[in-house]
This record gives sequence, structure tokens and C-alpha cells, in this order.
Amino acid sequence: MTADQVTPEPLRSTSSIGTSLLRRDGVEKVTGDATYAVEHPVTGPAGEPPLHAWLVTSTVARGRVVAVDATAALAHAGVVSVVDHTSAPRLADTSDRELAILQDDAIAFRGQIVAIVLAETSESAREGAALVHVEQEAEPHAAAFQEDSPTYAPESVNGGSETDTLDGDPDEALARALVTVDATYTTPHEHNNPMEPHAATALWDGERLTLHDSTQGPRPVRGTLAPMLGLAEEQVRVLAPYVGGGFGSKGLPHAPEMAVALAAMTVPGQPVRLAVTRQQMFALTGYRTPTRSHVRLGAHPDGRLEALRHDAVTQSSRVKEFAEQAAVPARVMYAAPHRATTHRVAELDVPVPSWMRAPGEMPGMYAQEVAVDELALHAGLDPVALRVRNEPDVDPDTGNPWGNRRLVECLRRGAERFGWADRPTGARATVDGEWWVGTGVAASTYPMLWMPGNIARVRSLDGGRYAVAIAATDIGTGARTVLTQIAADALGCPPEAIDLDMADSDLPFGSVAGGSSGTTSWGTAIVAAAQQFRADHGEHPDPGVETTAASGQYADMDGHALHSFGAVFCEARVHRYTGEVRVPRLLGVYSVGRVVNPRTARSQLLGGLVMGLSAALHEEGWRDPRTGHTVTQDLATYHVAAHADVRDIDAEWLDDIDELSTPMGSRGIGEIGIVGTAAAVANATYHATGVRVRDLPLTADHFLE
Amino acid sequence: MDAEISLTVDGVRRTVMVDTRTTLLDALRERLGVTNPKKGCDHGQCGSCTVLLDGRRHLTCLSLAVANDGAEVTTAGGLRGSDGGLHPVQQAFLDQDGYQCGYCTPGQVCSAVGVLDEIEQGHVSHVSDDLEADPELTDDEIRERMSGNLCRCGAYVGILGAVRQAAAASSEGGAA
Ligand code: FES
Ligand code: FES
Repeated sequence: MTADQVTPEPLRSTSSIGTSLLRRDGVEKVTGDATYAVEHPVTGPAGEPPLHAWLVTSTVARGRVVAVDATAALAHAGVVSVVDHTSAPRLADTSDRELAILQDDAIAFRGQIVAIVLAETSESAREGAALVHVEQEAEPHAAAFQEDSPTYAPESVNGGSETDTLDGDPDEALARALVTVDATYTTPHEHNNPMEPHAATALWDGERLTLHDSTQGPRPVRGTLAPMLGLAEEQVRVLAPYVGGGFGSKGLPHAPEMAVALAAMTVPGQPVRLAVTRQQMFALTGYRTPTRSHVRLGAHPDGRLEALRHDAVTQSSRVKEFAEQAAVPARVMYAAPHRATTHRVAELDVPVPSWMRAPGEMPGMYAQEVAVDELALHAGLDPVALRVRNEPDVDPDTGNPWGNRRLVECLRRGAERFGWADRPTGARATVDGEWWVGTGVAASTYPMLWMPGNIARVRSLDGGRYAVAIAATDIGTGARTVLTQIAADALGCPPEAIDLDMADSDLPFGSVAGGSSGTTSWGTAIVAAAQQFRADHGEHPDPGVETTAASGQYADMDGHALHSFGAVFCEARVHRYTGEVRVPRLLGVYSVGRVVNPRTARSQLLGGLVMGLSAALHEEGWRDPRTGHTVTQDLATYHVAAHADVRDIDAEWLDDIDELSTPMGSRGIGEIGIVGTAAAVANATYHATGVRVRDLPLTADHFLE
Repeated sequence: MDAEISLTVDGVRRTVMVDTRTTLLDALRERLGVTNPKKGCDHGQCGSCTVLLDGRRHLTCLSLAVANDGAEVTTAGGLRGSDGGLHPVQQAFLDQDGYQCGYCTPGQVCSAVGVLDEIEQGHVSHVSDDLEADPELTDDEIRERMSGNLCRCGAYVGILGAVRQAAAASSEGGAA
């Protein structure tokens, strides 16, 4: 679809934006009527019921498949077929080695798909998968991310940022700095674990592949899978009306989506359902790479930074490169004349890392914000005061003026509300019964991201109603609700008058729900289409007229540095005898531009804080280096925050309108809540105990003497 | 091996052929097409599959369908009133935004209904101070009792508010 490009004007009058409209899909969700990827009652053209697919995965970390013996599986009642690398449909393009499954005998990591069982019931499929005998030949592998793992410099890092930056002479400046920090900080394997496992229902009718998918981007999935399958994009339709979370793991298509597509193509006219098991997700659906950050800070006695180095090392897979941009946030946070950031990657025989909520910012700001806390201690300064002292006038990275940097206000507002001034200066100063008590602070940041290419369509309906269409997705963010509000204000009608159609790749192009760019990018396109609709058809259009417009670049990304900022305050209690950590209070104060819907925005920010808290306290995946196996591959061993972990936790935002970023005045809010949170908790545990923990998570063993 | 069982699901009695390996959750979702309870882990670790089984909250992924012949199952879908209106707990989840993606939500809702009933019946918990007295529905009691239902969206603050709101609504209703 081509459409004229329109760059919208700012929305001058808003009556729906800023209100706490209830979620448009709320009733379906609280009743369970909402249908997720394997819950759609899909049947074939003659009413064929769906087959159930089960994945068979490799048990060696590197090697090859010698033979797949399906005899026993095929003899099991209900099993229909077993698809392996000798029988799977051939792909037209195999250059993406993560997605090009079952095309050859190579095994590149443990947990890789080596066969798919199709059966009439899920019980038969599962048993059938257990009965498939895969003879594998193991080759020597390296699956442990170690300090001496060989590394290389990637061409660029995730998000397209430069691999290394250098200003001045940081090493020389560090050598003569009077106040310094020189420490290494690590974060472990973290797994997204959305509550809805990755899943899809596929139907190939001989002409067209229809995929009900659990994805953050129907159009990106279509655009990736179609050429690999040798199909035109129009031959693939991806629908994702409800998605049970993703947090990045459903942002890019992963191997299971290809598996279900290939399986469906072996049984034309028959739908195939695939629900990846929770265990399989740990190898097949992306995860956050472990990170190791060497941070060096050099400051004057008054705390002003003179030099800053952040050297980040992360892991990637030999199958496909993913370079987490962990040192990127250090480029924008604080002023220092001498600065360097670098990224190096260790290529291992492991599953492919991918996006997990705030890739780069989350682990990078953990390292940096704990380092800044250490610097404050060495300089004898309050951590809030130290940050205020290092506030840069312009973006240290680009030299551009800030669009709307309000970090200092976030810090001051948070400090006031949290009662920061009352805290004792020294560590290990407060005991309450069996608990050491302390408080900590960390800053947060996330860039404003706008995705090009979005297109929206506005059509007038009877009775003053409007149909608005864009292939956006709501993975729980509230997009379905906030885009309705944006459309209503852009058209000057109440939200009840908007019929929003989304989550279908047949609709005009919508970019991925990722990088906190959804509302920004889709919303800008909707405003552009609505304004063009009015220009084309006036205030009183006949029913049935429509305008489709492609979004021009509204955001002033070239003239200004556009970022969100925040400050997180935490109270932590550490048990004196067991080392157990609890967090009775957590507060985030953010500057994120205008908030479109306070109700859903609050949930987004709180959700980010909870996930940051979860990373601080619990999350840690363990890979056995001997086998490459993730031994913590379920929710009993990979712990995520449960209800009882979450106590008095709140988020607020500064009153704000950012007209440089979007016509709505908003910026993205999906990720900033997780950034800085784990650092605030770590800093609070230091203040409580005097024990500095530099390795996440903050498990009890760190605090026992 | 297949076996025929009968279940009353959301007020409707149904007979269904199941494999003896079929879990109660899969009997509902895959055999009867009742997808209101969700599957998050299939291992009793997340709570997404919670229903009320003969009136008490229950993880349906952990029991076999054949062991539940004749049982009465209420899913979040069956909590609506006879007029189709939302249950006070469901309304409270909407009002308090006690969810985001909605996947854990039917389980949370069933669990919350179970919690309110358990408090009503005087069941104590790990965090109850006095094991002899009737427990009060404090925030700590709610957090503890709802901890079997994971929410990766992290909607716990809203869920807490929803349970409080529903409890307040039912005590007002009881007083009237
Ligand atoms: S699906 Fe039953 S507890 Fe997770
Ligand atoms: S609402 Fe998404 S997991 Fe709870």
C-alpha cells in the first residue's frame, strides 16, 4: 500500500487525551473471553479441526543430527506426522540462521528445533515428541560466558548505535582524577517470560498462510517470514488481537513461528496449533544476554566528573548476532569532558539473545547508577546532589540541545515525596529488629524512538462515527485504548465514536510494539491521517469516504536530543542473619511528556518498576556450561516477582507536554520503568548493610559474612 | 485410552471424551473450547489456569480430567451474573486496572473470588498473626493469598486495589 506522506500538526485541542478511559478490551480480559494465539476456533475449509504440534529439540550444544527415527512416534495413536530436516519444506532464503530451521543437520545450541510432531491431540503430540529418537553427534562447544571468553567488536550494536565512542583522553584523565571508581558490574541471563507462552495457530490453504500469532508486530512477522517462505507478503496474514505480554521476546519473530508455518505447509487445509512449552521458551524465544560492565569514573573533589569509561561485554550466539547496547546510556547521562564507551561480544554456542524490556538501558544503567552511587560515597556527597552537579547542558553524545531533559526535577520531586532528606548519611546506620534498613536512589533514562513507515486509514461511518485502521498491536500496554483516544482528539469526536481496527497485517503498516515506540509512531500516523482526512473531506463528511496517509517524521530527532528521564527511590531491608532482602517502598518519578491515559500509563510504569524489582531480587538464569542447558527453565526455578514481593510501590510523572516528539505531546513509557530500578534497590541494600553488591540479583548470600 | 466424563462448566452440564492423560485444563480448553482459563506453565507454577472447582480455587493444569468426573467448574467466564453483568471482582479489576495483557487475569479473578470466600470462612494463612481468630483482610493477607498467581505485567498494585474494592463492595452489600 502506498499513501501520501503527511507530517501532522500538533494537536491543539485535547479532550480525550489525558483522561483515564477504561481499557477498551477490559471486559474480554477480566472474563477470559479474550482469545489468545491458540484459542481461536480456527478450522480448515471443510471444517478440519486443528492438529497439535510439539517441538523436538536438540540435547547437544553443538554438532549435527545424524538421524531422526520417528518409528515409535508414528506408531503412537494420534500421531499424524513427524517433520524433520529431511522432510521440511525448503526455504527460499536461509540467511537468517535463527529462523531457517530444519533446513540442514547443523545443531548450533542446545534446545534448537530438530523435529516437529503433528498429532490429533496435544497429549499424542507430546508423547510423540518424547518418542522421537534423535541421534546427534556432539562437537566441542563453548557455552559459558566467562571473563576470558574471546570477544570481537560488532559493526554496530542493537538499535543501530555506534559500537565505540571516544571523546578526549579518558585514560589519562582517569589516571590523574582525585576521586575515582573502577569496578565491574554484572547482570545474569534474564528471560522475558511473558505469561502467555509463545504460540501460534497456522493455516496454509495452498495460496495463503494465515497465522494467529502471539507477536508484538504482525507486519514485521509477515515481512520476515514471507520472503523466507518464498511467498509474496500479501500471501501471509498475521493476526494478533490479544497478546499475553512479550516485553521484547515477541518483538522479533523467533524459530517457533517458522516451525508452525513450515508444519502447516505440510498439511494444506488443516490448521496447526503450536504452544511452546514454558521450558522450551528458555532456548527458543530470546532472552537478555548476561552483561559485564567495567565502569571507570574520575571526578574532582567536588564530585564533578572529569572522565567516564563504560566498557561492556555481552554474549551472542554463533547462529545470529545480537549485541546488547549496554554502554549506550552512558553516552547521554552525565557531562564529562573525557569519555569512552565500548561494546564487545563473545560468540558462543548458545541460543540467540534478543530484546528484553529496555535492552541496553536496563543492564547498562544498573552498572552506571551503582557506580555513581559509589562515586558519591567517595566524594562525600549526597547521591542526589552528585547527580545534579553532573547535569549536562547539552546532550554529551550529539551536542544537540535537550528537547525536554527534566531529570533534576524528577530527582527533587522524588526526594521530597520519599523523605530522602531524613536519611542518615552513612551506611549500616539503621537497625529495626532483625533488619538492616537503608534507602537508595538511581536515575533512569530511555530515548524517544519513532519508527518510520507507519500508515493509518480513516473512514467516515454512519452517525458521525469513524473507522480508524493501522496494524498496531496491544500486548497489554493499553495501545487499543490510547490510540482510540488519540484518534478521537485528532478527529474532534468522543472516543465512543471511534472504531479502531488493529492487530491484523492486512491493515495499513504498523511498526513493532517495541522500543517504547508504539504510541509515538502509530499515534503520529493516526493524527496525520485524521488531519489529512479533514483536509480532504471537511468537518461533515459523507459516510464511506476515506483517507490513508503515511506518517512523515514529526519528531525533531535531528535538531534536539529527545529522551525521557526518571528517578527511582527505594527503601530496602536486609535481614541481619539470613541476608534476605525485602523492598517495602519503591517510588519512580518520571518525565515522559504528556500522559495520554493516566490509568494505563500508571500500570505501564508500575509494571516496569515491578520487573526491575524482580531483576533486583530474583531473576537469574543458569546455563550448565557442560551441556549448554538452562537448568532454571521454569517458573519454579527462574523466579519472578510475585504479589507478596510488591509492597508500597508507586509511580508519578511530571506535568509535561513534549511538542518536539509527537503531535500528542507524549513520549513512550513502556520501558523507562525498568531502567534504574535494580540500581536503586542495590544502592539501598548498600546503605542498609555497607555491603556493595555489583552482581545481580541481590540474593541473600551476598549479605552474609 | 479414552474415557467419557461429565463436567458442569459455568452452569452447563457437558459430557466430553478425554484421553486419560488429559488435564482438566486441556479438557476445558482443547476438548470443550472453554478457553477462559489460560495456560501459562502447565506445571502448577503460575496460577493462570485457576478456576473454582466445586467452589474452591484450583489449578486445573495439575489435575487429570478423569479424576474430576462429575465436578462443577466455574471459570472467570462463568462468574458473570445471570444478566451477563460483571461480577464485582471483575468490575474491580477493570476499575483498578488490575491487569495489562489480560493473560493471568481470569486466574487472578477466580483466585480473588476464592480468597474472599476463604476469609469469609475464617481460613488463616501464613501471615495471619492469630491462628485462632478470624483473619482480617489486610493488605498483607491479600498479597500472601494472591501470590500463587504470577503476573508478569506486574499489575500487583492494581490487583491489590481490586481485591480491596471487591471486599468493600461485598461488605457494603452484606450490610444493606
Ligand atoms: S498453567 Fe496451571 S499453574 Fe500455570
Ligand atoms: S496482566 Fe499480563 S501477566 Fe498479568
